[in-house]
Amino acid sequence: MSLKQNLHNLKEKYKGKKMAPAFNAIHTFLYLPNEVTHGGTHIKAADDLKRTMNTVITALIPCLLFGMFNAGYQHYAAIDPSLRTDVLANFFTFDNLWIGIIKVLPLVIVSYGAGLIVEFIFAVIKGHEVEEGYLVTGMLVPLIVPIDTPLWMLAVAVVFGVVIGKEVFGGTGMNILNPALTIRAFLFFAYPTWMSGDKVWVYEATERAGTADAISGETILGSYAQNSEVIYSNWDKFMGFIPGSVGETSTLLILLGAAFLIFTKIGSWRIIVSTFVGAAVMGLIFNAVVSADVITESSKFYGLMNTPFWEHLMIGGLAFGAVFMATDPVTGSQTNKGKWIYGFLIGFLSIMIRVFNPAYPEGVFLAILLMNVFAPTIDHYVVQGNVKRRMKRLKAKTA
Amino acid sequence: MSKDIRIKKGLDIKLVGVAEKTTTAISQSSVYAVKPEDFHGIIPKLIAKEGAEVKAGDTLFYDKSNEAVLFSSPVSGKVVEVIRGARRKVLAVKIAADATQSYKDFGTKDANNMSAEEVKNHLLASGCWPFVKQRPFDVVANPDQAPKAIFVSAYASAPLAADLDFTLAGKEEELQAAVTAISKLTQGKVHVSVGKNSNSPFANLKDIQLHKVSGPHPSGNVGTQIAQIDPINKGEVVWTLSAQDLVVIGEMLLTGRLNLERTVALTGSKFATPQYVTAIAGANVADLVKGNLNSDNTRVISGNVLSGTEIKEDDFLGYYDNQITAIPEGDDYEFFGWNKPVFDKVSTSRALTFSWLTPNKKYDLNTNTNGEHRAFVVTGSYEQVFPLDIYPMQLLKAFMYKDLDEMEALGGYEVAPEDFALTEFICVSKQPHQKIIREGLDLMREELG
Repeated sequence: MSLKQNLHNLKEKYKGKKMAPAFNAIHTFLYLPNEVTHGGTHIKAADDLKRTMNTVITALIPCLLFGMFNAGYQHYAAIDPSLRTDVLANFFTFDNLWIGIIKVLPLVIVSYGAGLIVEFIFAVIKGHEVEEGYLVTGMLVPLIVPIDTPLWMLAVAVVFGVVIGKEVFGGTGMNILNPALTIRAFLFFAYPTWMSGDKVWVYEATERAGTADAISGETILGSYAQNSEVIYSNWDKFMGFIPGSVGETSTLLILLGAAFLIFTKIGSWRIIVSTFVGAAVMGLIFNAVVSADVITESSKFYGLMNTPFWEHLMIGGLAFGAVFMATDPVTGSQTNKGKWIYGFLIGFLSIMIRVFNPAYPEGVFLAILLMNVFAPTIDHYVVQGNVKRRMKRLKAKTA
Repeated sequence: MSKDIRIKKGLDIKLVGVAEKTTTAISQSSVYAVKPEDFHGIIPKLIAKEGAEVKAGDTLFYDKSNEAVLFSSPVSGKVVEVIRGARRKVLAVKIAADATQSYKDFGTKDANNMSAEEVKNHLLASGCWPFVKQRPFDVVANPDQAPKAIFVSAYASAPLAADLDFTLAGKEEELQAAVTAISKLTQGKVHVSVGKNSNSPFANLKDIQLHKVSGPHPSGNVGTQIAQIDPINKGEVVWTLSAQDLVVIGEMLLTGRLNLERTVALTGSKFATPQYVTAIAGANVADLVKGNLNSDNTRVISGNVLSGTEIKEDDFLGYYDNQITAIPEGDDYEFFGWNKPVFDKVSTSRALTFSWLTPNKKYDLNTNTNGEHRAFVVTGSYEQVFPLDIYPMQLLKAFMYKDLDEMEALGGYEVAPEDFALTEFICVSKQPHQKIIREGLDLMREELG
């Protein structure tokens, strides 16, 4: 008997049993189910949620691979700054990749492991199918945490994020906040010393602190916020040869992912474009404040305010947030008009938080979570526009 | 004078099995059936009991909530069986047809000289009233209401739909009689929409406002045309008739007989030779498809693939349907079907689905759902195939949580289930849109209608 037939028999055997969702999750992963249409359209388009999620994961893979190399590169370059003179020769080396393998892969495995266990438990308890939402969340989470995040910490955060951020609302499609960012926020507020500062972004920087082998792991945003010198060129910033969270440093690869998402029509180009526009506008406003001499160089905001607006788009997690986080269709605005407003405000607020909160200059995840909360309100007003148009038509008729 | 309607949002689903333009006359079936479920929202009260002899046009049952609305036998013969379901609900009235048909005589009429009241009474008495449907709620029209306009779509854009220019060719006289008669029923106009480059028998008729439509499906749906021409507001009613049924009304006026014969398209990849046949409403489908249908693992549909009804091969042609579609069932597993590149299915995305490369290719789609039912996740995709000025997902959600105020405010009066057929087709979450809309409309009708 073929595998297909065996699995089919098992499915029939488990039907109606408690463990059926767990079995079906694995079964449907191997085989598109044999379900046929009833009562509605007799044919259906090729896309399902698994395919949609898989497309997003595909778009993230370049960022993950780059992040693995960058983990090693930042480590060695912090020890021996001369490596930075010839990045391309020193970047794609096996030593760099090895650090990625021992540091980044475990993050991915723990993220998926912890999250999927929670998903399976909830599916079995509540008797619904295992939903695909976590496939993307599980990939996003390791890309937005510092490299040295302890694995137990990540597991705790993932369990918290999936349960409180998603399952209590009813699972995939029902959540208000982006689960990946809920996990990130939990980590940030529960373990702030592990999540910010100038030591956490480079492998072993924390361990070596205070010893003779001490290395710095300062991010560009950190440097700007301290009004100190930034050692990275714009080329480095765009390509991503800089310290930061695991997978969010390379603006080039993020834009490549964005192009893929837009081309496949899975990601909303409206949100992506408007987020960048919003960030650029806020950056321009700050640049104008500086050039109008409203603040002096001694101001603690000077460094970030003086950063050219286009540079803001390349540093920190802005590009990653715009492309992979803000575009989450469940927690973002659902109407096309709403998406413009929603994206614009995310970009706008990200840069504002970044500048005015030097203690923790990364504002993107806070801005997106904030706008997640406001997205239904934005949609409400957009939809009311449609309702009003309908009422007006009626009035014009009766008048 | 005609007005143009151009639809941009939509999707033409091109399938294998377009009917060739040849018509075969099918010899009469031995048994016919009228299924009250074809007339959504009516509660049938039987008049013709088992064993009764009826002529074509004699009343079989009427609507309990409006006794003037009669439903007639399509053929003369003997009522052989009344099939009932749960709680004695009438599912079908079966009539064994006489060898030679006899018709009840309703008398010939000149539509030009009839008053509104006469037209209405004549249509009710002859059993033609069920052809008149109404919006809101997409049910058989309430004859006591006055419609602000009447809409007829003479353009079919659904997948593999029967070409109305072909099936109605030569019926100008009947169509003219019918439109003249129904134009008396409204203060407004009778809006008839034809294809832009069509050779429609409606082109030169009087008493109508002609519109030329172009663009992808659902441009041929009457709901799309209403929204473009004169959208329905709260408190208003419009009536719709299908072009095919106008021929029946016209013939009834001209000859005094109710003749439910029509040209039916046999379409889909499971037919050896997809073509047109002539058949009377309620005919046994097995007789229509004999020798033509490959019935091995086949889905037979009375109507089109988007909004038709699933039937068995020996079931009966729906009262309003002019198409039978047969496509393969898709009850098989597909290894890694959710992530491998797809070349043989239609998709509006490009997520390793390649139908965007071959817009003119004809697909042999089966009935597989291509995925499992999920909560709504993806946004912005329905709008691309939904030409009405309505937020489709928001309306669907309002219909699901049954908030009557929102259902009303978001456009519930303007829609019919078939308007949501395309959004259901492309739905990544595989939600049953048409069912949601149908149940919501029934609730609105009960509470607000």
